[in-house]
Amino acid sequence: MVPLDYYLILSAVIFAIGVIGVLVRRNLIVVLMSIELMLNAVNLTFIAFSRYLASMQGQVVVIFVMAVAAAEAVIGLAIVISVFRHRRTLDPQEMQLLKW
Amino acid sequence: MDASVILFYVISVLLVLSSLMVVFLRNVVHCALALVVALFLIAILFVMLHAPMVGVLQVLVYAGAIMVLFLFVIMFLNPTASEPRRKLWWGFGSAAALLLAASLAALLSNGEAPADPVTATETFGSPETLAKSLFTDFVLPFEITSVLLLVAIIGAVVLAKREP
Amino acid sequence: MQAYIDQLIRDGYFAGMPKEVVYAVAMVLAAFIVLSVFVAPLAGVTSWLERRVWARMQSRVGPNRVGPQGILQWLADGIKNLLKEDLIPSAADAKLFSLAPYVVFVGFLCAFVVIPFGSQLIVADLNIGILYILAVTSLVVVGILMAGWSSNNKWSLLGGMRSAAQIVSYEIPAGLSILTIVFLAGTMSMQGIIKAQGWAPWDWFLFNNPFTFAAFFLYFTAALAEGNRTPFDIPEAESELVAGYVTEYSGMRFLFFFFAEWGNLYVIGAVATTLFLGGWQVPPVTSDPILLGVLQFVVFFLKAYLWVFIAMWVRATLPRVRVDQLMALCWKYMVPLSFLCLLGTICWMLVFPKGNQIFSVAMFVLGLLIVAYFFKRVVFQIRHARPELYFKPHI
Repeated sequence: MVPLDYYLILSAVIFAIGVIGVLVRRNLIVVLMSIELMLNAVNLTFIAFSRYLASMQGQVVVIFVMAVAAAEAVIGLAIVISVFRHRRTLDPQEMQLLKW
Repeated sequence: MDASVILFYVISVLLVLSSLMVVFLRNVVHCALALVVALFLIAILFVMLHAPMVGVLQVLVYAGAIMVLFLFVIMFLNPTASEPRRKLWWGFGSAAALLLAASLAALLSNGEAPADPVTATETFGSPETLAKSLFTDFVLPFEITSVLLLVAIIGAVVLAKREP
Repeated sequence: MQAYIDQLIRDGYFAGMPKEVVYAVAMVLAAFIVLSVFVAPLAGVTSWLERRVWARMQSRVGPNRVGPQGILQWLADGIKNLLKEDLIPSAADAKLFSLAPYVVFVGFLCAFVVIPFGSQLIVADLNIGILYILAVTSLVVVGILMAGWSSNNKWSLLGGMRSAAQIVSYEIPAGLSILTIVFLAGTMSMQGIIKAQGWAPWDWFLFNNPFTFAAFFLYFTAALAEGNRTPFDIPEAESELVAGYVTEYSGMRFLFFFFAEWGNLYVIGAVATTLFLGGWQVPPVTSDPILLGVLQFVVFFLKAYLWVFIAMWVRATLPRVRVDQLMALCWKYMVPLSFLCLLGTICWMLVFPKGNQIFSVAMFVLGLLIVAYFFKRVVFQIRHARPELYFKPHI
């Protein structure tokens, strides 16, 4: 059987890759996708703990995270569409109208 | 070595590779498809961890709905301008993420985590047990989630609507 | 199936091999057998039968040269397509372009894992069976979007996007009608759903109450739309989009898309049979396990294939709908109706926790009356119009 540590380290690595995406990519859609990746890394931790502690609560929380991720993706993409309509770009650096 | 350990290694290598592709590929559609692969592999890990219901929901919700939405928006907007690549910024971001991964890994592998799982009963992870937990202990969060989804639907419609 | 392999392992046939390896080999073997012995001929014969049925409905002859009555036409078509040049447009995204047909194909083939052909004849009876089917068939959308985008052709892109919008929308009424049955059966396992019904038509979930009766037709319509079938075939509407997302494909990859489409037709019929029409349930006529298995398989196959035939009939009869009509039909009519079916079934279960046998029989009689009225109209039309009838099915 795979030790719990392996799953935790794997999810830490995936989370870090997601962080790179959010930090360095200059495309709003890829940034949103990296956030999905980070959420999934966290889900993996929840499921691993739920299996190793034999408790269903981890799985229930993952279902809530999925619902929130779906809502986040929908709202995020709607914002991306409306921003793209106004500014014709997906670069977050161009969206600085509110910057002082 | 146990067969499940080998399977875990294979899946985790593929998972890390596809996640790196999500972040480092230049074409947005390729990124999205790499993310589909990554989410599918995570679903397989869920099934390996005795959570078949959550694994199938993962495929259904992510691969079937969220990623289709992403691909749909990418094709709808069809962004052609390639993003500028600034070396310094990439180096800085990658270093920060590496630091994060290293510190998280050091924190998580402290040996306190149980190495062997509690023996799972036959019904662990089945729809019945999941539903029992969802509709008894977590019934209030469940209802709030439904409100959240309703708000998200209305918000998306309002945001994406063309102004008259 | 898994029980059988466990038995083999216990008998010591695979001494010294890890259990997982045996499982993996068995899974690959099962997939290979299902694909080559069942799915490929089935999809092929369906393609031949579909062309023959349309031809007869349109007073034509249809393919009748290869083999008796042209039944081997699919084999000839397949060999021809395999030998053709496999073109990849120079502007296309070559990797995604060549990968897309396989994604579509795998998505459809995975559904065969949980389809129960008999009480023993199932690859794996998962306790999440029906949800699994919904999940793997949603993979098809990704393949179609890949095909549409990577072709680098506006017709393909439009076709792919139309298809994605259509499949994602129609998944909701289909899922809600399936949920109606899951409530009634109290399980998501395919065998469990079948075992909750009986062999007699009034024990089927179709006639359980008026709401499941409506849910069946909602499911069938939504499934046709998910399979991109006429009257919902706007993703590949020839008159608007050349051939939609398959425009640029040729040779074997082209074949794979249509293979998946015709095979998917049978999956639709099989799921409808499992959920609403009692699956493989047969009257208790024999106790011989082999004979019983054959009988169950024949009953299940015929019930499922009846709906394949009706899908062909629909395709030969109805004109294609427009895009806006398609979306309006889904979101304005089918989604509210399927919610109504769900709530109605819940109320019915509260009022009659054990089901109402008398009402089920009445529903069955009503169904028979509808079919009888249909045939009466057909006879009236034939008498009235005096067409030149040609009753022999073969030419």
